[in-house]
This record gives sequence, C-alpha cells and structure tokens, in this order.
Amino acid sequence: MTILKVENVSAGYVPESNILHNLSLEVNEGEIVSVIGPNGAGKSTLLKTIFGLLKPREGKIFLRDEDISGLKPFKIAQKGVSYVPQVNNVFPSLTIQENLEMGAFIREDDYTDTMEEVFTLFPVLKERRNNKAGQLSGGQRQMVAMGRALMLKPKVLLLDEPSAGLAPIFVSSIFEKIIEINATGVSMIIVEQNAKEALKMSHRGYVLATGQNVLDDKSDALLANEEVGRLYLGG
Amino acid sequence: MFELIVYGIVLGSIIALGAIGLTMVYRIVGFANFAHGEFMTAGAYVALFIVSILLPWIGFPDSRFVPLSFGWRMVIAFPITMGAVALLAILADKILYKKLRTKKSGAVILAMSSLGASFIIRMTILIIWGSDYIFYRPGLMRPALHLPLGIKIRPDQIFIFCAAIFLVILLHLFLKRTKMGKAMRATADNTDLALVTGIDTERIISWTWAIGGGLAAAGGVLYGIDVQLHPGMGWNFLIPIFAATILGSIGNIYGALIGGFVIGIAQQVSTAFLAPTYKLAVAFMIMIIILLVRPQGIFGKE
Repeated sequence: MTILKVENVSAGYVPESNILHNLSLEVNEGEIVSVIGPNGAGKSTLLKTIFGLLKPREGKIFLRDEDISGLKPFKIAQKGVSYVPQVNNVFPSLTIQENLEMGAFIREDDYTDTMEEVFTLFPVLKERRNNKAGQLSGGQRQMVAMGRALMLKPKVLLLDEPSAGLAPIFVSSIFEKIIEINATGVSMIIVEQNAKEALKMSHRGYVLATGQNVLDDKSDALLANEEVGRLYLGG
Repeated sequence: MFELIVYGIVLGSIIALGAIGLTMVYRIVGFANFAHGEFMTAGAYVALFIVSILLPWIGFPDSRFVPLSFGWRMVIAFPITMGAVALLAILADKILYKKLRTKKSGAVILAMSSLGASFIIRMTILIIWGSDYIFYRPGLMRPALHLPLGIKIRPDQIFIFCAAIFLVILLHLFLKRTKMGKAMRATADNTDLALVTGIDTERIISWTWAIGGGLAAAGGVLYGIDVQLHPGMGWNFLIPIFAATILGSIGNIYGALIGGFVIGIAQQVSTAFLAPTYKLAVAFMIMIIILLVRPQGIFGKE
C-alpha cells in the first residue's frame, strides 16, 4: 500500500524558476526508497518540498489518502513525517537529551518510552545524554539528528544525505541503523551521494536529473543497469 | 573606592537587566533593538502611574518597608509593570517588526525602525509626564547603612541587586527546565531546525520579546527606585547596555550579565577620576576598545 505519494510536483526557490519539474514518486508501506542523481538534480529540494519547507507550485503530495501539499512543516510533522536535514541538523548548545526532547516538542503525551527506544537504538547517546550535541563527532551528531526525528514516532522518515561528511566506518554503521529503523516499520526516503551503498540497502530507487524523473525501478535492477552504473554509480 | 565598586555592582545589575533582553532579541529575532532603553523608561513610568495614581485611586493604603523607600504599592506595581511592558514589546513586534520580518527586510532596516519606535515611546512619555525629574516618593530621607571598608550603602541598593539576581535566576531556570525555555534555546541555536522540529518559531519570538521587555521594565523601575525618573533615562542606558552586550558576546545572556557588572563598575569607578558627566563616554570607550581588540566579546569563539 502506498504511504506517501508525490504527484507531478513542480517547485523552486526563485519565482518562475523551477528546480523540480513534474516530478512523481511513491513510497510503499515499510519501504526504503533511495533517490539518487548528480549534484543539483533537486534531491534535497524534493525532501524540502515533501516536508512543506517549500510549496509545490504544481502537483500534489499525499500521505496515505490525505493531501498534505502546502501544509506548514509542523503540521506535516504532526501527521507523521519526520525530516533530517543534511547539515546543521542538531542543536549544538543543547544536550543530547534536550535535542531529543525538542524532537518530541509537538507531542502532548508521555514520550519517555520513545526516548528509551532511541537510546536502545543508539546506546552511545544514552551514555553521553548530558553532553552538548556540539561537542560530538560527525557520526554521533547524525545519530542525534536521527534520534530527534524518531521522537515523533514517524510513519515516514526523510533522510537527506545521512552519510555526508562521515568517515567510512561511520557510514556503514549509520546505514545499519537505518535498516534497523526500517525494520520497526518506518518507511523512508533517502537522498544519497553514496548511491551504490544506498541502493544496496533500499527496496527501490529513483534516478533524478535536472529535477525530473529519469528512471525508477527495484534497487537490484538499478544496480544492474549499465547506464545507471556508468552515469551515477561511478562505473 | 570600595564604595564606588559596590555602587558599580548596583548600577551593573540594572544594566544587566537591559542587556540580557537586548542580547536575547538579537540572538533570536536577529537585529539590534535600539528601542530597548525605552522599554526601561516605559517600565519606570508605568510603575509610577500604578504607584502614584492607580493604587491611590482605588484606595490602596500607602506603606513603607522601613528602611526601604517603598512599600506594598511598589510590590504590586512591579510584576504588573513587567507584564505591561512585556505586552508593549510583543505589540511593537506584531505591528512593526513582524511585518518587516515577513518581508525579509535586512537587519539594518529593522534596527532603524526600532530607532523610530524608540522616539515614539520616549516622546509619548514626554508628552504625558513632562520632562521633569520625578521620584517615586518625593522628599524622603534616604538613610544609609555603614558597612566595613567605609562603604555607605542604602538598603534600596541592596534590594536592587537582590531583585536583579533573583530575576536572572528565574530566567535561568526557565531556560533550563521548561519546555518553552528549551525550545527558546533551540531556536536561538538553529531557527531552521527548530521549524523542522515543529517548534512554532513565531511564538518563541513573542516569548523573547516578552522576556526582554519584562526584564528591561524591571531595570527601569529599579533605576527609578535608586535614582529618579526622567523620559531620557532609558536612552542614556542604551550605550551601557550595548557595551555590556558586546562585551559579554552578543547572544550570550550570561555574558550580558557579566558585561553589565563590568560596565557598571567601570562607570562608577571612573567618577573618582572624571566628572560623572563622562560616565556614558566611559561605557562608549569600553565598547570601542572591545570592538577593536576582541569584537566577538569575552565569551565568543574566534
């Protein structure tokens, strides 16, 4: 069943200049979907548009059957979509625990269980819960950022370049965590430079270029596709 | 000399109350609010209105906590005044700054419009109360306590210091313990991420104005208790509070507190060598020296 659907969306930052052109995408329940493509293809813009940071000029975005296009980010967050930006994705002067509390800002109910779940997923964060997030390494910051997003118990998680700027050993451990999170039933869209690795852990992939769909298929098929390999996966 | 340092700490606690609000507004709303001194003046005069007109009119008895110079009327007026000026600050934001913000006007435009707002507030006070120096309680002898080291201090001054520290502790607890306080720090850290997290940043901005306005009002009332009221009092505080803010690193409320004390002490101690008229010049000199030597302030990173 489709959980998130992007239908013929066009969007951009500057008036009358679109970054996304008539773009469509679907995420099924429980899926990891990778979005790959060269720099400037509009991958990050796509996530921002889904999350309401950018209004679609044309087209619609549905969460299940509900039209969420053009809603404010906090409304979309309330409906069960969480977003982890690529950079500046923690509050540096707040402690790890306070970062997670901020993730639950719009929750009125008791979120101690959710915080325990996040700590179980990232035990190192529990050890350092009273440290300021600004003092952490890149990999740990990424964990705080993902933990913060999980505090809302999202149905859909949008991850923008989770491996960007990380040392190779952290890249694989972050990808392992992503698979673990997915196993708890969270559907995901992952935008990645590290296209090959991203496709390996995802169910399906979309290839974007200049804000348009070029190709979408099962991940295995994309990995096996010679043209995709040559153009986007580095041979 | 010791006496001047003690007086400096008293003056510094008033400067700090102004500087903390200024620094918070700068950090979260993103511009230098030149009308901040007028929030102090407004506070002093709102309290004057409550103490000398409103409460006598409803027949509230006059009293005095000997040896302090004020009584229950001021105790009641104090929080009401803080609330009233907090509302004034929110109002100024809603009718003026918010419009400029949504148009994405630059920091200079916002700062200049705040300069305009400061004239409006000051002139309104001037029209209503006139340009005379006014006391909350005219004709009162102000007894001094004799402390060791030859320090003479009025009980009022001890109260001023304690009240300022009490308010700073309250603010600290608010920022560290409450959900809204944490969200305010989060917004100061990273407004875009706060928005992504679902924090309503416009609401945080209103809270920031309310706290800044309330603290400035408290500073104005305390100065009125210590010295006297005048429509230009807040304007004269503008340079010291800017100096304290920059000295303590812009955006850092604890820095603003320390900066307030440093500027207050420097201003008072300077009167041993210079005519008191030069107090403002002393604050200004310190500000220029910091900007030249360490523009990021004492707590700022490179």
